[in-house]
Amino acid sequence: MNNLSKPKHSSALKLEMKKFLSKSGFTLFVIMLLMVFLAPFGYMLTTSVKDREMITGSDAPILPSRPAQYEYNGEEYPVLLVPDENGNFHEWAIIKKGREESTFIDTKNPETGPIQWEGKWRTLEKVWNFDPVWSNFAYVWETAKMPQMLRNTLIISVIGAIGTLLSCTAVAYGFSRFRIPGKSILFMLLISSVILPQFVTIVPTYVVFEKLGWIGSWLPLIIPHFFANAYNVFLLRQFFLTIPRELDEAAMIDGAGPLRRLISIIIPQSIPVLVAVGVFHFMWAWNDFFGPLLYLSTKKDLQPISIGIQLFNAQYSFQPHMVQAAALLGMILPLGLFFIAQRVFMRGIVFTGVEK
Amino acid sequence: MSTVFSEFSFKKLKVKRTKLSALAKREALWGLVFLAPWIIGFLLWSLGPTLASLAFSFTDFNLLHRETIQWAGLDNFRLFASDPYAKLGIKVSLRFAAIALPVGIFQPIIMAAILNDERLWARRLFTTLFYMPSIVPMVSAVYIWMGMMNTQAGWFNRALAVFGITGPDWFNSQVWIYPALVMIGMWGVGDMMLMTLATMQGVPTELYEAAQVDGAGPLAKFRHITLPMITPVIFYNLVLQSIGIVQYFLVPFVLKGPNGDPGNATWFYGMHLYKEAFAYSNMGYGATLAWILFAFVLVITIILFTTQKYWVYYAAGEE
Repeated sequence: MNNLSKPKHSSALKLEMKKFLSKSGFTLFVIMLLMVFLAPFGYMLTTSVKDREMITGSDAPILPSRPAQYEYNGEEYPVLLVPDENGNFHEWAIIKKGREESTFIDTKNPETGPIQWEGKWRTLEKVWNFDPVWSNFAYVWETAKMPQMLRNTLIISVIGAIGTLLSCTAVAYGFSRFRIPGKSILFMLLISSVILPQFVTIVPTYVVFEKLGWIGSWLPLIIPHFFANAYNVFLLRQFFLTIPRELDEAAMIDGAGPLRRLISIIIPQSIPVLVAVGVFHFMWAWNDFFGPLLYLSTKKDLQPISIGIQLFNAQYSFQPHMVQAAALLGMILPLGLFFIAQRVFMRGIVFTGVEK
Repeated sequence: MSTVFSEFSFKKLKVKRTKLSALAKREALWGLVFLAPWIIGFLLWSLGPTLASLAFSFTDFNLLHRETIQWAGLDNFRLFASDPYAKLGIKVSLRFAAIALPVGIFQPIIMAAILNDERLWARRLFTTLFYMPSIVPMVSAVYIWMGMMNTQAGWFNRALAVFGITGPDWFNSQVWIYPALVMIGMWGVGDMMLMTLATMQGVPTELYEAAQVDGAGPLAKFRHITLPMITPVIFYNLVLQSIGIVQYFLVPFVLKGPNGDPGNATWFYGMHLYKEAFAYSNMGYGATLAWILFAFVLVITIILFTTQKYWVYYAAGEE
């Protein structure tokens, strides 16, 4: 468009202007919505680096801060915001409090000596220094046995992810590439297991695991994932169906067997979806609370982070800063992984429910 | 565009009895080898336990007294009929569903509509940010909201105070705990939001252009084009949400413990089931409660699936 040199028609300009305004107005509105929606993160972040005083103090600001102190002649004095006769505020330390008149020291130029100020010092505002208490995280890390919980969670989720990937890839390959009598019935059974409430299966499954002596071990949390699940099979099948069959046929003519075709044709074409499935399982396992609650409630040393944080927080329920620090530590890895694999992940979510 | 459930049609079932050639047999055999993990898994973790559960429900099986397991006939079902806590559980779950279900259905649609609005700048960035809370593990989310809605330092009541409103003690009130739980749930709609958004983006632009020519405003376009086109996703969400809500109990469990506090307000049906089966090891009665839940879910699903033809529009549906 090369109309920069021509004078723009004023109504076109007006239209452009109107469009710009409506866009900025709407975006601003969405930013406000987003801020409300994400506000709890703000609460968590600020609270997790406070100490008890910063939380309970009635005049304490939202950010973790301490009242400023100033050392003068070997003594600590609180710093207040004091207005002078021109209405400018100064950070002065109060060294002698009086009802109608107090003595201050200018923290910027202490050499000028004590200053007399007339007025009620109680009406003055304190000066606050931003002072996050990072040690909360170290405390939670130690006390809640984070390294051990992280190790447990990683083992459970990574082995489970491997199992999910292996089994779901195989099953999706079977559903997408082979003519099997009754395949449509099998596929419908697979899909219908989405609506099967887990409560129906959990009671006998628990009894079986108990008989096998698996309660109090990681096995009930890992082994079932080696048998595929509906969502991921559906996702992978949908994707495999988009890979041109000509590639398979060419490989078949070259004498490649079914397994060979899966490994050298299908899998290399599907890396992003496979990553998505792996990440889904990792997130799911990280989040899983019910499984560990049932199978690991007696084995403290084997518990993953979901249970660990709940136990820790139940103990520290009167220390909000510790509770929030633990909540933060519990979500940092999944959130980091999400931002790394964000594109693949979000596309995968759409694929699990909606087919194009 | 359609959803998983559009596969759910008996028309698609093809059962042909033909003699298979040797080559076809080989192919079918290989296919079954690849399907084997799921077929075995289906028998082991889905079909087997579902039937075993049904069998359990006619026994007095208790893990603590397993030697004396006995056929109990319909005793468990009679017990259910006279169990005040089961009734309480149903009442609490329905009460919760009455707010949670509408929110769970409409919130993703509204969010997707906002993210699909062409007036919005940096739509991808906003989509990611609105999705982000869904990644937060449930346990962390519960504690974040617990602090957020605290009466002392929580931001929520502080914000209400700015408008001169004294906020309630959310999680200790038998009334206010339900909206508070729904608010925690509002962080988990990201998946549905993304699916709805993707479906909205897939609506052919010609439809909107045609409506424009007919003089339709933005609201009319949404009502008569967008909404019908996303009904498959709404339906998918409705089915999954209903199933999820009847089983709901983990969030209040983490929040308030297993005793239904405050004052039975969180005695969800799932909580009752969990306690009967796993706290008291009453596997027989637990299985009964589970099967009653399953029957309820089945009825709901069947009802939803039969109403589907009146309001769900599958673009490629009529083959």
